[in-house]
Amino acid sequence: MPGPITTAALVGLVAVVLTYVVTRIRSGRRRATDRTVTVIVALAFLLALLPLTSLLWTVLSRGTGRLDLDFFALTMRNIVGEGGGARHAILGTLIVTGLASLISVPVGLLTSIYLVEYGRGRLARAVTFLVDVMTGIPSIVAGLFAYAFFVIFFGPGIRFGLGGAVALSVLMTPVVVRASEEMLKLVPAELREASYALGVPKWRTILKVVLPVAAAGIATGTTLAIARVIGETAPLLLIAGYASSLNLDPLEGRMATLPVYAFYSFTQPGVPPQAGIDRAWTAALVLILIVLLLNLAARLISRMFAPKGMR
Amino acid sequence: MRTARIAAALVAASLPLTACYSDANQGNAGAVSTGLSGQVAGAGSSAQSAAMQAWIAGFQSANSEVTINYDPVGSGGGRDQFAEGGVDFAGSDRAFEREELAEAAKPCKGGSVLQLPLYVSPIAVAFNLEGVDELNLSAKVLAGIFDQKIRRWDDRSIAADNPGLDLPDLEITPVNRQDDSGTTENFTDYLHAAAPEQWPHEPDGVWPVPGGEAANGNSGVVQAIAAGEGAIGYADASQVGGLGIVSVGVGDGFVPYSPEAAAAIVEASPRESGRGPGDLVVELERDTTDSGQYPIVLVSYSIACSRYDDPVVAELVAAFLSYVASEQGQAVAAQTAGSAPLAPGLRSDVLEAIALIEGTA
Amino acid sequence: MTTPAKVRLGDRVFAGLSTGSGVLILLVLAGVALFLVVESLPVLTADPSELPGERTFWSYLGPLVFGTLVAALLALLFAVPLSIGIALFISHYAPRRLARSLGYVIDLLAAIPSVIYGLWGALVLAPYLVPTYRWLAENAGWIPLFAGPASSTGRTILTAGLVLSVMILPIMSAINREVFLQTPKLHEEASLALGATRWEMIRMTVLPYGRSGIVSGAMLGLGRALGETIAVLLVLSASGAVTVNLISQSNPSTIPANIAAQFPEATGITVNLLIASGLVLFVITFAVNFAARAILARRSEFDGAAG
Repeated sequence: MPGPITTAALVGLVAVVLTYVVTRIRSGRRRATDRTVTVIVALAFLLALLPLTSLLWTVLSRGTGRLDLDFFALTMRNIVGEGGGARHAILGTLIVTGLASLISVPVGLLTSIYLVEYGRGRLARAVTFLVDVMTGIPSIVAGLFAYAFFVIFFGPGIRFGLGGAVALSVLMTPVVVRASEEMLKLVPAELREASYALGVPKWRTILKVVLPVAAAGIATGTTLAIARVIGETAPLLLIAGYASSLNLDPLEGRMATLPVYAFYSFTQPGVPPQAGIDRAWTAALVLILIVLLLNLAARLISRMFAPKGMR
Repeated sequence: MRTARIAAALVAASLPLTACYSDANQGNAGAVSTGLSGQVAGAGSSAQSAAMQAWIAGFQSANSEVTINYDPVGSGGGRDQFAEGGVDFAGSDRAFEREELAEAAKPCKGGSVLQLPLYVSPIAVAFNLEGVDELNLSAKVLAGIFDQKIRRWDDRSIAADNPGLDLPDLEITPVNRQDDSGTTENFTDYLHAAAPEQWPHEPDGVWPVPGGEAANGNSGVVQAIAAGEGAIGYADASQVGGLGIVSVGVGDGFVPYSPEAAAAIVEASPRESGRGPGDLVVELERDTTDSGQYPIVLVSYSIACSRYDDPVVAELVAAFLSYVASEQGQAVAAQTAGSAPLAPGLRSDVLEAIALIEGTA
Repeated sequence: MTTPAKVRLGDRVFAGLSTGSGVLILLVLAGVALFLVVESLPVLTADPSELPGERTFWSYLGPLVFGTLVAALLALLFAVPLSIGIALFISHYAPRRLARSLGYVIDLLAAIPSVIYGLWGALVLAPYLVPTYRWLAENAGWIPLFAGPASSTGRTILTAGLVLSVMILPIMSAINREVFLQTPKLHEEASLALGATRWEMIRMTVLPYGRSGIVSGAMLGLGRALGETIAVLLVLSASGAVTVNLISQSNPSTIPANIAAQFPEATGITVNLLIASGLVLFVITFAVNFAARAILARRSEFDGAAG
């Protein structure tokens, strides 16, 4: 007996063939091809929506069970089996991602300023190229890098929050550079020239004229960059580790983060397992909500702070 | 920049919030200060981590000034960190070998290494067969199945172990761990000892037979078994939930897993000879013929020094391990991690060993 | 307002800072490569008997590279046509308002953490695919790809490829959509004015114009799929076999999933071994991204001619 997917595929195929045959008879070959392609494109779209809706539905239906106050108020310290929460992991995620932003945003912003305002010649080309390469670094390689780096100073088995922030910033910086670069390029050259003509030095022109104009776009890009890295699991698994207690010190000891919390709750659910698996889904749901909020924030920022006449 | 500030503000804003709740988690209003205070760090076996969490919870609740951290880095990592002096105690699914002891005793300030079999966990062989609740399999058949020599459920050798059982004409899907694990090491050690002819592979933490269904962690294995009709696999007994569980052939009969039978084999097996005082390494008799014993168990050790620089650490380690070895501690682990409580004879030996712990100052 | 000397100082500091940041990026990337190489070196000189499974580094690595490539290529196989379909639907078929909000939804999906795709793939998709795999093994078993026996859990490399394709769909669709929207309106209108149907217009103007964009988007998707870790770890039954059979229980693992599975318990030389495999992954993705950039760069050179 064919499975549901094979059946769906067959139904789709029949629909496509039918469309072709019917329009072919009625309106000729070209119309038939056109109509058939329309059906295929629409089907492709629906087909792609299927797994994505299924995914969202699964997280929503399984994640709401534990979406209670305890989940945000409690940690897993002294918790065995049911109950407990993810406060330590949520705070850990905020700390690690916050630190990653503290590293990535200044470096990324300054690099983009360099590329747009100063960079000429081979160095600039090399930086542009390497930023592109960095965008493609697999996240687990970033984690391995952070580990390989810190292991030299702290010995084998090192796990701590700042290491996670460093790994994330390797992933985040190129995204910030790209986004800010695009925004800085959009600032009209006339603004800069007017400022120079008034005798304002270049650095003040950049700080007082160029950056304010691009600020909204840069903030949007940065928020999206944060949304991109906040769900990273693999690098944090390697270098930040997991802890069941609250740890607010990124320099010392393992620090739980929400994605790793979800992963561990699923892979080491404890006894009875169902409680842990429920927590994993709720953590996944909270993670999606955070990403959603960040995306909304990005849109709000770009709408609220967009300079008039720039859109 | 702005977003970074927002993030920082969020963190800052949530701190007072967290402060309000920080006691909500202790969950124990009766927590009393017992005079013990300080911090102790351990690392090692992830198999122990559920039990360790329960022990830490119990001990910290009774001693509110004490914090014990246990880092489940894996047994090898725990032993390494212990030998380097990075942690005060370690959990490990195997003990230090005799020739490793000199190296391992380095942080012990002239003392010796104590190895205590405090966590005994039965490994269950679970299966998923519609309409079959009970299944008997001898060691030879188990070895054949996991070595992929016996490929179908209606194989004659399986039927021979289960007279009268209606076995389906179905492919066997053996499930194993894909990660390096103490569970695999103990399971292969059992197959190697109990069915040496049918199981040609050496005991190893990495599964030696390619081609089976592989999954990550105990929970991954359990999930794979639950998802696949005709699947059979081994996992920590506490995790197998509602799956069918194999009664394993011992002697002429078949023994279902039970904590008591698992504790019995540890109690009855001889100690490894040539070990110093407090170095209680058990040489499991996996090929036992005593029907009161369940041979597939994982014995995980707590490893500590007999001498510490800091008397506070010495006191805390001794107190903590005594709690772990106590009837209450073992009962907590049995309840939360499904481990087998220590038998009384072994407990008194363990407590004797813990009494050796002292601070130098 | 300031003396010239001070102006120069401010400028120099600021220029220095921003150039320094650019150089820092160079250094970080060099650092990534350097530290990975340093930590990998012990593996190359190590005796095979010290390595897990007592195999040499290259025989350890071989199946992993194979698995990584197969899973990523499968993902690409599904994602390329689908992403073109989605992008065309949004850029040329859907009503404009709908298209805009669909665009946002797709962008949002690109940011869903991979651990969630992994949970979904393991618990929802894999069991769902089991009957399909059975059917394939029974009816298409003569094709080596579907030789079977079908996995009874659905945790196959084909499932992993499907999950990966769902994961890279959003980013690839977004890129394709951007490229399609950039097709010069004049070309489209000219083609429609000549009596072309919508499909003929797309075939003659949009697709040729967007070809290099599609290719580079596919390369970026490939890069993502190669590096994806947690989703594969949760979904794939990785028992190390090198086989073209896509629907059985024995599949090769992938480099990143293997690192994530083994790293938490690894000590000593095994850590170096895993880091070395990470370095190999880095090199592979580097090459893929390099190719993608090269294609994109060529496109921008030809833009004048095409536009």
